[in-house]
Amino acid sequence: MSKADKMSKEGPVENSELKVEYSQFVGRKVLFILLSMAGIVVLAGVAATLGSASITPTEVYTAILARFFPGTFETTNFIDTIVWQLRLHRVLMAIFAGMGLAVAGAAMQGILKNPLASPFTLGIASAASFGASLAIIMGAGFVAGQWLIVGNAFIFTMLASITVYGLARYKGITPETMILAGIAIMYLFSAMTSFLQYVGKSEQVHEVVFWMMGSLGRSSWDKVGIIALVTVVCTLLLMYYSWDINALGAGDETAKSLGVNVEFVRVFCMMLASLITASVICFTGTIGFIGLVAPHITRMVVGGDHRFLLPASGLVGALILLAADTVARTIFAPVILPVGIMTAFLGVPFFIYLFLRRRKDYW
Amino acid sequence: MVKITIKDLSFSYGSRKILDDLNVVVGDSEVLSLVGPNGSGKTTLIKCIDRILKPKGTILLDGGKDLQSLSRQEVARYIGYVPQSTTSALTTTVFDTILMGRRPHMGWRVTDEDIDRVVEMMKLLHVEEFALKDFSELSGGQKQRVLIARALCQEPEVLLLDEPTSNLDVKHQLEALDTVRAIVKKTDISAVMAIHDLNLAARYSDTLVMLKEGKVHAIGDPLSLLTKENIRSIFGVEAAVMRDLDRPYVVPLRSLSGEAL
Repeated sequence: MSKADKMSKEGPVENSELKVEYSQFVGRKVLFILLSMAGIVVLAGVAATLGSASITPTEVYTAILARFFPGTFETTNFIDTIVWQLRLHRVLMAIFAGMGLAVAGAAMQGILKNPLASPFTLGIASAASFGASLAIIMGAGFVAGQWLIVGNAFIFTMLASITVYGLARYKGITPETMILAGIAIMYLFSAMTSFLQYVGKSEQVHEVVFWMMGSLGRSSWDKVGIIALVTVVCTLLLMYYSWDINALGAGDETAKSLGVNVEFVRVFCMMLASLITASVICFTGTIGFIGLVAPHITRMVVGGDHRFLLPASGLVGALILLAADTVARTIFAPVILPVGIMTAFLGVPFFIYLFLRRRKDYW
Repeated sequence: MVKITIKDLSFSYGSRKILDDLNVVVGDSEVLSLVGPNGSGKTTLIKCIDRILKPKGTILLDGGKDLQSLSRQEVARYIGYVPQSTTSALTTTVFDTILMGRRPHMGWRVTDEDIDRVVEMMKLLHVEEFALKDFSELSGGQKQRVLIARALCQEPEVLLLDEPTSNLDVKHQLEALDTVRAIVKKTDISAVMAIHDLNLAARYSDTLVMLKEGKVHAIGDPLSLLTKENIRSIFGVEAAVMRDLDRPYVVPLRSLSGEAL
């Protein structure tokens, strides 16, 4: 046994003390998650009051509760219409889309062990843009009718991640092979998108550019339902693999020695992250920044344990996108800015502040 | 009881043969050290035993179970691995790092028993005062102790250590190996380590396995194995071996490069 450690002057820490300390450490993370949830509920109420017709937060919450408890809460037809048909689905879309992108980003950063990874690392954004461009400019795609753009964006996104997987498999599923394959795919699809834009008519090109900026303006209850379902199911599945993602952070060899099926976990989590991203951005266009930065902001607060990092990132992402969308539709009202522009304007100063303020390495 | 039986084990990277037909047996409660020059296959053998690499041949664990037929989870309950490089891409606290060693045993939820185990191992290895520090802030010796604690949390039968002393100063080298030896003698865990320093190997091991170019050159106790002749033929070094201490002590004199080995 090693001789009594000369560095420790206070002597050994009490057993129970250490346990208490650790449970407080975990408790702070849980508290952050609960506070973020409360923040979302409050912000959602505020967001629903803002717009051309002014209603108060109380009226908003009453209108929401009136649907669930018709006897107890009274609301007017006018307010009910504004809340339920105009604003609430957009608010929920912002929440679930932000959550999905942030969870996908946190998962990608974890499995690729790379702070620059995001939901778009594997060429997903450029594949979605190509799919949408193909639909807008050539009118060609896998699905017909009103779902043409959406279907194309979704299918090309999944195609890109399957291709990345196929390429990486050849050389072994490591972060390096996946990132390099992803970069190759990204350039291929952006070149093809550029080509389409080059041959497209100017109003079509305008529509493509607008699509690529990302917007929640196309939201509807159906779309919210799809995004919410995919995001929640995939997030729960990713959280199930939290310990394995944590272990990957210690290196593939260590992860294997701890009983983790490294390649399976990496591929499965990548596919889940891609699925979330594809189902979000096919409806919203490419909303960047959230998937990259929300996990970083969260990691600075709750640390790198994915059991807490994944859900907390989702909530932070939801907050950022909801705030950004609310500002984007009110700041120059009646003009509505694309939310993709606003996320970076709002998030970057906050991110830089946290980044400069923290002394410790958090990655 | 025999902990690990290695039969006819070979491993190649492409066409380059790293391990060539090895036969080694790891007994109960013993410290077995793999020694040999760079590239002789020490680390590769460690990785094959933990199924990080996939070799040809047979490795039997736990009274005759074939390593290949076990799940990773089952292997992780039998073998704890202490890696050489201590880089972690993600920041985690010392507590969470050690808690990871419970992964082969626990589900998603951390039970009280898991936490108790972690605290117990932290005390055993004297790392409890760093509990909530970031792993990356620790010194090399502290990191080594944390990684040993993590491996012990797996409640393994065998501890594999890859160059456990390579990043440590003299004092911490001795402390790390004292710890390993004490654990082996107190419990019936066995330790298998790849190690460069022949004198440390001699002092802390029950059995030495001398590897040369992927083959077992000799197996035996330190006293009978550390001879001038053996050292000359596996390392290509002229050495004096002092035998008047309780363990043999090797003093390297000169390299025999180019001469007949």
